[in-house]
Amino acid sequence: MIITNVMGGALIGLVIWWFWLYKPAKAVDTTTENITIIVNNGIYQPAKIKVEAGKEISLKFLRKDGSPCAATVIFPTFEINEELPLDISKSIFLPSMPPGEYPFHCPMKIYNGTLVVK
Amino acid sequence: MSHSTNKLRATELLTLELLIEGAGCASCVGKIETVLKEIIGVKNAEMNFALRTVSITMQQDISPQQLIKAVESIGYNAKSAQDTSDEELLNEKEAAENKYYKKLMLQTWIGLGLGAPLMLYSLLGGPMTVNSNLERGVWLVVGLLCAAIMYFAGKHFYIGAYKSLVNHSANMDTLIALGTGTAWLYSMIVVIFPLALPEMARHVYFEATAMIIGLINLGLALEVKARGRTSEAIKRLIGLQAKTARVIRDAKELDITIEQVLLNDEVRVRPGERVPVDGTVIEGSSTIDESMLTGEPMPVKKEVGDKVAAGTINKSGAIIFNATRVGKDTALAQIISMVKRAQNSKPPIGRLADVISAYFVPVIMIVSISSALIWLNFGPEPTVAFAVISATTVLIIACPCALGLATPMSVMVGIGKAAEAGVLIRNGEALQTSSKITAMVLDKTGTITLGAPKVTDVLVFNNMKDNTILSLVASLEAGSEHPLAQAIVDSAKEQELPLDKVEFFNAIVGQGVQGTVSGEKLYFGNEKLMVEQGIPLTQAIIERAQVMAGEAKTPMYFALNNELAALIAVSDPIKEDSISAIKRLQANGIRVVMLTGDNQATAKAVADKVGISEFYAEVLPEDKSSKIAELQVQGEVVGMTGDGINDAPALALANVGFAIGTGTDVAIESADITLMRGSLHGLADAIAVSKATLRNIKQNLFGAFIYNAAGVPFAAGILYPFFGVLLSPVIAGAAMAFSSLTVVSNANRLRFFKPQEH
Repeated sequence: MIITNVMGGALIGLVIWWFWLYKPAKAVDTTTENITIIVNNGIYQPAKIKVEAGKEISLKFLRKDGSPCAATVIFPTFEINEELPLDISKSIFLPSMPPGEYPFHCPMKIYNGTLVVK
Repeated sequence: MSHSTNKLRATELLTLELLIEGAGCASCVGKIETVLKEIIGVKNAEMNFALRTVSITMQQDISPQQLIKAVESIGYNAKSAQDTSDEELLNEKEAAENKYYKKLMLQTWIGLGLGAPLMLYSLLGGPMTVNSNLERGVWLVVGLLCAAIMYFAGKHFYIGAYKSLVNHSANMDTLIALGTGTAWLYSMIVVIFPLALPEMARHVYFEATAMIIGLINLGLALEVKARGRTSEAIKRLIGLQAKTARVIRDAKELDITIEQVLLNDEVRVRPGERVPVDGTVIEGSSTIDESMLTGEPMPVKKEVGDKVAAGTINKSGAIIFNATRVGKDTALAQIISMVKRAQNSKPPIGRLADVISAYFVPVIMIVSISSALIWLNFGPEPTVAFAVISATTVLIIACPCALGLATPMSVMVGIGKAAEAGVLIRNGEALQTSSKITAMVLDKTGTITLGAPKVTDVLVFNNMKDNTILSLVASLEAGSEHPLAQAIVDSAKEQELPLDKVEFFNAIVGQGVQGTVSGEKLYFGNEKLMVEQGIPLTQAIIERAQVMAGEAKTPMYFALNNELAALIAVSDPIKEDSISAIKRLQANGIRVVMLTGDNQATAKAVADKVGISEFYAEVLPEDKSSKIAELQVQGEVVGMTGDGINDAPALALANVGFAIGTGTDVAIESADITLMRGSLHGLADAIAVSKATLRNIKQNLFGAFIYNAAGVPFAAGILYPFFGVLLSPVIAGAAMAFSSLTVVSNANRLRFFKPQEH
């Protein structure tokens, strides 16, 4: 029984660490790589994207998930929301941004991503 | 990745079509074709001059931008003809949703196909236990069948769960995958290693796995259908767009698609047809039904020089107009794009749900583990079975979707509903704040009144004719920029009276104007001007002028060679329905305040007429914002309504700025809320829609919170110590599937909202 409880406790610890304490890996750099953000299976891939500050950029999205929520991507800070057609890549133009981190997501926030502006 | 899929194979040719603007002569054709052919990779370029299109055949993938640049380099404008229209986008979206719905329904039947018979068997008392080798064999087959169902009908949950898990995020898929996975895995352990478990715990839960997968697919499918209805308003707006236009180019009439209409094209619209793009009438006259855009039911008369808007319907005569805004620039296209943007924005009330959503799934996972541990430590035998059921049920019943859907669904319907009534709400925040407005500040001119002053009275005191007097005054005022002067000049022009040349013109600030016409000395202005110039006024005339001011008119005196010649009154008529609209606002408990730059007497007369007791006259434009600030200090949530041009600072300072539009010529960017029709009823409509939407959001959020807050403890078995009942995972699956459907359906109720009749 003690073993079971310890294992249960460890599992809870793992959940806390995995979802909240773990710091995600480095952002994918758009200045050096030509990327397309794939929208599928509940995640943006890549979900963390580095872009250059003070420059207008465009991000290419390709949606493969038919669910309604995936169909729209929102950049709340810039009041941008765009519909993503299924299986056709779409470029979204973003204004030049001051350094910082800006979230983007689908209307229900199932899909979540971050723009890291440096 | 997509850019690689776009690459062409060596033998393939790609074609692209560009629309060319500014190509006025046939000789342009050769120039445009040549410049395009010079680009490396372009095999051929052929221009259709009549359609102003050029088709380009390419051996490699050249971006439209590069081709457009080449055309622009020789002085023409070009755009890609393949820009997808709103309608195409909508059709694509609907087709995708339909396909998704069908897939979900198929998965539902697969899941329920195995789950329902198994469930029925267990309900009828069939043993779901493994106590003999025969039972082992049978359940092993069922378990493998169940695995197949998990693959064919639930693959997306498991893949989604895995992908988000490795990315350190979690969503609904995670919960469903963990829940159904746990039930299946436990059952398989029972089948394969029955002896490892106490006899009482050798129970299988394959029916739960299959049923949950089926039910959740069903919930998602119904949700997709219900969601389709939430975007009805935008569909209606998109449907207003005409598909083709008849343009006149080189004296020939061509029927072309609206994407091909260029700026300055001459467009012919016959009776009964939709206006395809925005423009100015250059020939003919007609009445046009603009109700679909402005909510204004009466058709509007259009003559040469008047503006027409895309999407409106030509009722009676044939007109030809000059295209002034095409494609994404038409008022209709801008309205569509603004409504779409607003529908996806979130009011502050939704933020709490967002914060909760971010922690929701991991918290549920922790609750699930804790619940299993409590059952294992303190539960009755068979503890393992109880622990597995409670852990599974907690994972399944928790519904992050209901929380996530609560706000966006209502906003979608509410903002669409407002747009149908001619009220454009900029974003979710404006929607939420309008529902809380306690004071409404109205500008007088152009808001309560029409904003187009007219000459109402000409009282002549000598033997001259009305027309002669008006002609003289208009000649004098022609050089003045005062809006009242404009009314007099317009009135003279309307009657086709001649205007004479003015000499020695002088404007006296705060009094009026003076000048000489044909050697006669003229003064025109207020009482002060007459007194200063020593022109005698009788008491009867002064009283007459006071009566006019009391009727909301602005009286002005006209003197000819130092003798009073006439009393002329100008009035800005009150909009027909201002009185009833203001009453409606007041009936809703809103404090209505009027601001105007006009004089005290006229302001009072207007305020009295429309039933406003609180008004401020002679307010300079820059002082309007300080009035707003004063009200805010008093604790009011202030709405400010103006024409959006002179009132910009006040509109910006107010909690909600309303810009009142004039028909379809909307200045969409200027305010939080734009009323496309001139009527003040739009204000009450906007507030009513906002209140209804906010109420709907609150119901949804409350429902979603209560559902999760009550469901999760039930699922964990909180009732067991008292009543000996534990929720079945199948019930949890059904509850979860229908909770999000309930939210969407409740939001859909808003579709039937109608602002109060007026």
